[in-house]
Amino acid sequence: MLYFSKIKILIISIFTLVLVYFTSSNFFKADDNFFDKNINLGLDLQGGSYLLLEIDNRPVVTQKLQNTVSILRKYFKDKKIKYKDLILKNDNSIEFLINENQLDFVKDKFEDKDSEINPYYSNYKSHEFNLETFNNLFVLKLSKYGLIEIKNSSLDQALEIVRRRIDEVGTNEPNILKRGNDRILVELPGLDDPMRVKNLLGKTANLTFRFITQNTEETFGTEKLFFEDNSEEAIVSKRIILSGDNILDAKPRMDNQNNETVVSFTLDRVGSKRFAKATTSGIGKRLAIILDGKIVSAPVIRSAIVGGSGQISGNFTFQSATDLALLLRSGALPAPLNIIEERTVGPDLGQDSIKAGVIALIIGFLLVILFMFVKYKIFGFIANITLLINLFLLVGILTLFEATLTLPGIAGIILTVGMAVDANVLIFERIKEESVSEKNKIIAFDSGYIKSRTAILDANITTLIAAVILFLMGSGPIKGFSLTLGVGIFTTLFSVYFLARLLTSLYVAKNKDKENLI
Amino acid sequence: MTKTNISFNTFYKSFNIFSLILIIISLFLLFFKGLNYGVDFKGGTLIELRASDAQITISNLRKSLLNMNLGDVSVKKFGNENDFLIKFEKKSEIKNDFIGEIKNDLIKSIGNGFNFRRVENVGPKVSSELLRSGIIAIALSLTAMLLYIWIRFEWQFSLGALLALFHDIIITLGVFSLFNLEINLSIVAAVLTIVGYSMNDTVVIFDRVRENLMKFSDIKIFELTNISINETLSRTIITSITTLLALLSIYFFGGEILKGFSLAMILGVVFGTYSSIYIANPILVYLKVSQKTILKESKN
Repeated sequence: MLYFSKIKILIISIFTLVLVYFTSSNFFKADDNFFDKNINLGLDLQGGSYLLLEIDNRPVVTQKLQNTVSILRKYFKDKKIKYKDLILKNDNSIEFLINENQLDFVKDKFEDKDSEINPYYSNYKSHEFNLETFNNLFVLKLSKYGLIEIKNSSLDQALEIVRRRIDEVGTNEPNILKRGNDRILVELPGLDDPMRVKNLLGKTANLTFRFITQNTEETFGTEKLFFEDNSEEAIVSKRIILSGDNILDAKPRMDNQNNETVVSFTLDRVGSKRFAKATTSGIGKRLAIILDGKIVSAPVIRSAIVGGSGQISGNFTFQSATDLALLLRSGALPAPLNIIEERTVGPDLGQDSIKAGVIALIIGFLLVILFMFVKYKIFGFIANITLLINLFLLVGILTLFEATLTLPGIAGIILTVGMAVDANVLIFERIKEESVSEKNKIIAFDSGYIKSRTAILDANITTLIAAVILFLMGSGPIKGFSLTLGVGIFTTLFSVYFLARLLTSLYVAKNKDKENLI
Repeated sequence: MTKTNISFNTFYKSFNIFSLILIIISLFLLFFKGLNYGVDFKGGTLIELRASDAQITISNLRKSLLNMNLGDVSVKKFGNENDFLIKFEKKSEIKNDFIGEIKNDLIKSIGNGFNFRRVENVGPKVSSELLRSGIIAIALSLTAMLLYIWIRFEWQFSLGALLALFHDIIITLGVFSLFNLEINLSIVAAVLTIVGYSMNDTVVIFDRVRENLMKFSDIKIFELTNISINETLSRTIITSITTLLALLSIYFFGGEILKGFSLAMILGVVFGTYSSIYIANPILVYLKVSQKTILKESKN
């Protein structure tokens, strides 16, 4: 029926007005939080950087296995278990031999659900390590879930560190999210040059203080390391005096004595004690400051440092000293991060895209309404009013949910303009057909609406299916396209079945005696 | 009102042969020439550079970039006179700040009269994931359409619509291969939208075919499809026109980034409209759809 009750008209009008209001709220500021909503602009429109980081977990896994080897040694000793040849093999398994008479006893220690050395995850129904035995040879490998646990915990740590570093740089409203179990997505809106952030994220910032030694036979072992500028190398003890974990605070500072930029740091209580002890006993020795496997500098200790603070020198510019201080404050990453995807858009390109998108929208809209008016005259006019309101509804809904608008999203809006008239066209064409056999205009209009309904629904559902799949599978800008396309279908159906129909019914009721109404 | 009555059905065979030839050519192109994948799917780096210094040209950009050992470098104009698009696939291990190094190297060789407006850098792992998820998305949407039409109509209709979709996608990709146009993420979005649009068009005609099948038990499907196409023809044309108007304005005014996307859609709309008439309907004829096909459904 073409008849609309008063209450229905009221509801339709209120709904429409609310959304039209939200569309316009993009253009002014309201005091109230609820009423001041804005569409978020995607990175491609406001400019900014999208970075996808992947953790290289190999060092974490190796570290875990190395720790497990030392834990096992201690455990076997405590439990008086006789073992032989406990080794870490190929960086992925731990092997050892057990005395024949203790086989079952030891096996039970690893496979018991309350095992102290091989934790059982009841949520995964799996131990941390899988145990395989060949006679008296025991082989331990990380289970699938053990590996996932490690990855998850290193991802959590890395996420925290990444967040701290980016916060320290002070970009506005960064978006930092986990992706899977070894990736972190970072969105930095409005950042023109992501180089500094990329540099900061690219460093593990693993800091250690270790003595330089000539004696290669030291108990802790030694290794050869290069200085940062690759100029020389030195033999460094593996014994760690201090690590970055002991640093409470770090700041760049100008050293007035020799006029160079240094990084000054303060240590926690444990760190201060160890630092004091080492510098007291090590006067005359060189203490190497090592960052990510490279020696930053290796000053000679002239006097004991007991105050719990010190400074690092090393040919810093003010910028590099600031960055090092920032890295030391925010802590070390559990493992290196690699940037596996980057998309950066400059703000001027974003502005250009918005401009181009809006111009295309206006021109597309004008062309479509002109065509509809020429083709359908008064009904074209009705369809055009509906289309305009449809546009407001679409933008209004996107605003209400503070959705993200991207350049392809704008394209989706323009496409919606082109396709939205389809429903009205289907109805009008059907009405024309019905009018041939049915002289009563109101009945002809009514059956036009009814008979075109299945075609309209089917046609829109197919587009909706495509949009939903795109939304689920797509990323970033493309998601924005599917969003506007999908929401556009609902606003189109609403505007056609309520608004256009209401306007049509009012017009037809007044002019039902006219010939060739449509 | 004059009723259109064009004998579309007399051309079913000839246009099917025509489509078949187009599809064979397209497949031939896709297999032997292949598609020009952008960085999204091939991995590598894309830099959009705007020069403020008139001295910067394609040739001196290329020369400076070639000195940096970036592998195959392509430099071309991008819309505007002083906008350039640089693409390369760096094979060696990528350092996190290599874009910055490139910028510094460029400043050394051609001065600082430029800025990077856009940088896209996609690692090999991500690009293969993107390609895979793109293919999955298209396959998924085709399956969803197949099922939807199956549920709403009958399998014969479903098959007809699906073949029409394949036709549109293959030929659109064929055109992209022929003209060496770039395939990136937005093209996948365009293809999916084409799937939606072409389906939309087909469904409207099918809906009418079904209605007419119920109405006339004595008209053969060959004639019936023709009646249905004619009855819905003005809608088919009007909707194609309004959609094309919208797409053309994106193509001409929406900026360089949306060019490929809107072109794919324009092709898709043209082929989609054509295939709804000349692929989807003849299939119904070949599969000998009759009133019984529909009635069987309602009995179940």
